[in-house]
Amino acid sequence: MKEGAPIRGQSPRAESGTIHDRSVPGRTAFSFGPLDVPEARVPAAFARATPPGLSEVAEIDLVRHYTGLSQQNYGVDTGAYPLGSCTMKHNPKVAEEVAGAAGFRRMHPLQPDATAQGTLELLWRLERALCEITGMARATLQPPAGACGEMTGLLIMRAFHTERGGGRTKVVIPDSAHGTNPASVRLAGFEAVNVPSDARGLVDVSALDKLVDEDVAGLMLTNPNTLGLFEQEIEELTRIVHRVGGLVYYDGANLNAILGRCRPGDMGFDIVHINTHKTFATPHGGGGPGAGPVGVVEALVPFLPVPRVERREEGFVLDVDEPRSIGRLHGFHGNVGVLVRAYVYVFLHGADGLKAVSELAALNANYLAHLIQPDFPLAHPDGRPLHEFVATARLLEHATGVRAVDVAKRMIDLGYHPSTVYFPLVVDEAMMVEPTETETKETIEGLAAAFRRAARDARESPELLHEAPVTTPVRRLDEARAARHLKLRW
Amino acid sequence: MRFAPHTDDDVTEMLGALGLSSLDDLFETVPKTVRLDRPLAIPDGVSEMELVADVRALAAANRHLDQLVCFAGAGAYDHYVPSIVWALAGRAEFATSYTPYQPELSQGVLQVLFEFQSMICELTGLEVSNASLYDGSTALVEAVNMARRGSRSRVLISGGVDPRHIETLRTYGRGAGYEPEVFAVPEGRGGVPDVADDVACVVVQHPNVFGILEPAREVFDAVRDAGAYAIQVFDPLSLGVLAPPGELGADIAVAEGQGLGNHLNYGGPYLGLIAAQMQDVRRMPGRIVGETVDLDGRTGYVLTLQAREQHIRREKANSNICTNQTLMAIAATVYLAWLGPAGLAELGRQCASRAAYAADRLTSVPGVQLAFSAAPFFKEFALRLPMPAVHVRDALLDHGILGGVPLSSAGDDVLLVAVTEKRDRGEIDRYASALGEVLG
Repeated sequence: MKEGAPIRGQSPRAESGTIHDRSVPGRTAFSFGPLDVPEARVPAAFARATPPGLSEVAEIDLVRHYTGLSQQNYGVDTGAYPLGSCTMKHNPKVAEEVAGAAGFRRMHPLQPDATAQGTLELLWRLERALCEITGMARATLQPPAGACGEMTGLLIMRAFHTERGGGRTKVVIPDSAHGTNPASVRLAGFEAVNVPSDARGLVDVSALDKLVDEDVAGLMLTNPNTLGLFEQEIEELTRIVHRVGGLVYYDGANLNAILGRCRPGDMGFDIVHINTHKTFATPHGGGGPGAGPVGVVEALVPFLPVPRVERREEGFVLDVDEPRSIGRLHGFHGNVGVLVRAYVYVFLHGADGLKAVSELAALNANYLAHLIQPDFPLAHPDGRPLHEFVATARLLEHATGVRAVDVAKRMIDLGYHPSTVYFPLVVDEAMMVEPTETETKETIEGLAAAFRRAARDARESPELLHEAPVTTPVRRLDEARAARHLKLRW
Repeated sequence: MRFAPHTDDDVTEMLGALGLSSLDDLFETVPKTVRLDRPLAIPDGVSEMELVADVRALAAANRHLDQLVCFAGAGAYDHYVPSIVWALAGRAEFATSYTPYQPELSQGVLQVLFEFQSMICELTGLEVSNASLYDGSTALVEAVNMARRGSRSRVLISGGVDPRHIETLRTYGRGAGYEPEVFAVPEGRGGVPDVADDVACVVVQHPNVFGILEPAREVFDAVRDAGAYAIQVFDPLSLGVLAPPGELGADIAVAEGQGLGNHLNYGGPYLGLIAAQMQDVRRMPGRIVGETVDLDGRTGYVLTLQAREQHIRREKANSNICTNQTLMAIAATVYLAWLGPAGLAELGRQCASRAAYAADRLTSVPGVQLAFSAAPFFKEFALRLPMPAVHVRDALLDHGILGGVPLSSAGDDVLLVAVTEKRDRGEIDRYASALGEVLG
């Protein structure tokens, strides 16, 4: 079979140690110019007595050490990365180059607006494009990640209800929701209440109807949902919540499924967050930075965070004078460098290109689901997944004792990053797979062959799965030991 | 421009395998009533070269800091970013990966984060660091969340803390149910809060928002004696010359980490630093990397103590953070390794010396004085001007100088001036003569 792109270094890694292990007293990499002003020292009472134990290395040590570590890391540039819910698509190189230009990168956040007209115009245009894509009236680009976007949306929800007398204590979330949803709900001062899914994997409409009352501040949903299925009764769901005066929040984790085809605003959502690092291909950075812009309907615009970018006669300005605003959620203006990359992605694709993104994301996901379905059936086989799907290794586990985690580890030895496993929590032996639109048909077929080979191995040579991975710099790691004997620094 | 690689034949074959005749069929579950029946009202896609031209025109409409000499700080600083930092941190194997959920495929990011945590501990003199937060302001929010427990819920914060940190804390406090109580700093420093037994924490920034060195040790002693958490907002680049938070008695230390090898980027992406004592590790937010061994006994790294985090604890989690600022933490790690202990000390010496020289030169301009004359400072100081600071700053732009940040919380005539290792004598002298012209 055609195999994927294995991580570099198929042999066990050399015990090279940390950068600190390379440290040699007196060795340096830094250089500064001569001090051409009189020396001044901080007063002795404030001075540091002993220098910090940083490493003493030369530039060549830095290069070899961190290049070596990068080669022990798998990214989208290395190979397919079908990590469900994370939208690991190709990150356009042009966005990196543009965002790295001095005109963007060498800008201080507190420069006068008159000297930042280019960046402010870019943010203004991006805000408008995101509003058009989501069907919202205005947006803030300030939240630096999706979870912060959730917090922003929930604080807007709180401010909205407070103006109307307050008293609402609960926010409803589906049982399949990402963990950030309930965590954000509590940090925003609400209680999270679960609404169950029905046999189709969709929100149980009658259960929601029974659940909501005038204590409910709102409902948080993704659509398509965590199973990759479109909530077909979405209009009824939003109507039920609106009927009791609640607001409906769209978690944009799955926006890659519906670009240009339908919009949260038209489904009845009031607040939307977008993960630019998912939908708009800003690099995930090993775990960040992201950006989590939040759009709102007209009635909620006064509550948006400050500063806001406004267009006035004198040009673009950062407006901080908004008395009903929830305030500031980030020290400055959010992850602007990430937003520049999102701008590049959105306007490179344009209206036609974005629509094609979602179509081909759905095509790739459905094609892959179809190819692996004999071994890994969909958790909800009657549903039509969009950009991602949730399959289950339940049958394989019953037959062979091999679990989803073992399949994932075997996928690594077959040269691919595995899917998400054990999420959503409501599906046994869940395998959440999101190939994204930027993988070729051949790669999808290669992935499918690897999934099926893993299933065959589970039946014929299960030790290959239990012992996997064996081609990586390290084998399975003892996570229990890591938590029991905490070693969090050198 | 598109990045999806499908040929027409691919699409036909794949649809055929699915028993579908068109891409529209994939979306049959979307109710007709919510379908968008028109194209999005944004322009159709363009080629890469067209897009680059558009964005270059926007960049050209900015006046960036290779065109202006930067004396602006207030939490974001024009420190030098050596080429090595992004040559390594920018490597695609790091940049195009995600949170290391599969540790065997992610030893690179995991080990760098372990090194990052180690370096932050070395810098701060505290026992444990996480793998980064969004920025300095949100790091303070997380520190306050760590400190608040039971009946100890009040949050006291010095008026010497960056006003943007305080604003951010106020925003999040509305959700969590507290209002930060700001205590005054007479003469730009000091201030003694009354720490009752319902106080969770006291926050002091040192060096503070005016650049001034705070008597933090005395305040922290009193705070800890009263049973509250002492939280310090610190400047990581000061710690080659200034005593670290752990030695001053801080329980939790937070900072904006931008200056550690990250570009100014008009405010982000930056990174938040947080460090604390080991006894509080289970209250720490965000990702933490731990060392362990694999099946063959080889050293390796994993995300650990995940039971603290939102994906396990859900509504009981202390923090909702998921995606953080890992790539910025990688840059910070390379930068700190580039500096080493000698580089960090030299950096501090240069900043302190250049700032002292700048303060001397600028206050020699008639009518200009330090806002807080008796107070020691590190790399930043507040000037009191004979006219509104905004006017002065704007007029200095005509001389090619970004002269500082007006600090309206201290008065309309106060300008905060930051001097990093990059500002040489000629630039400082030029600033002084331009200021003389603007005021003259």
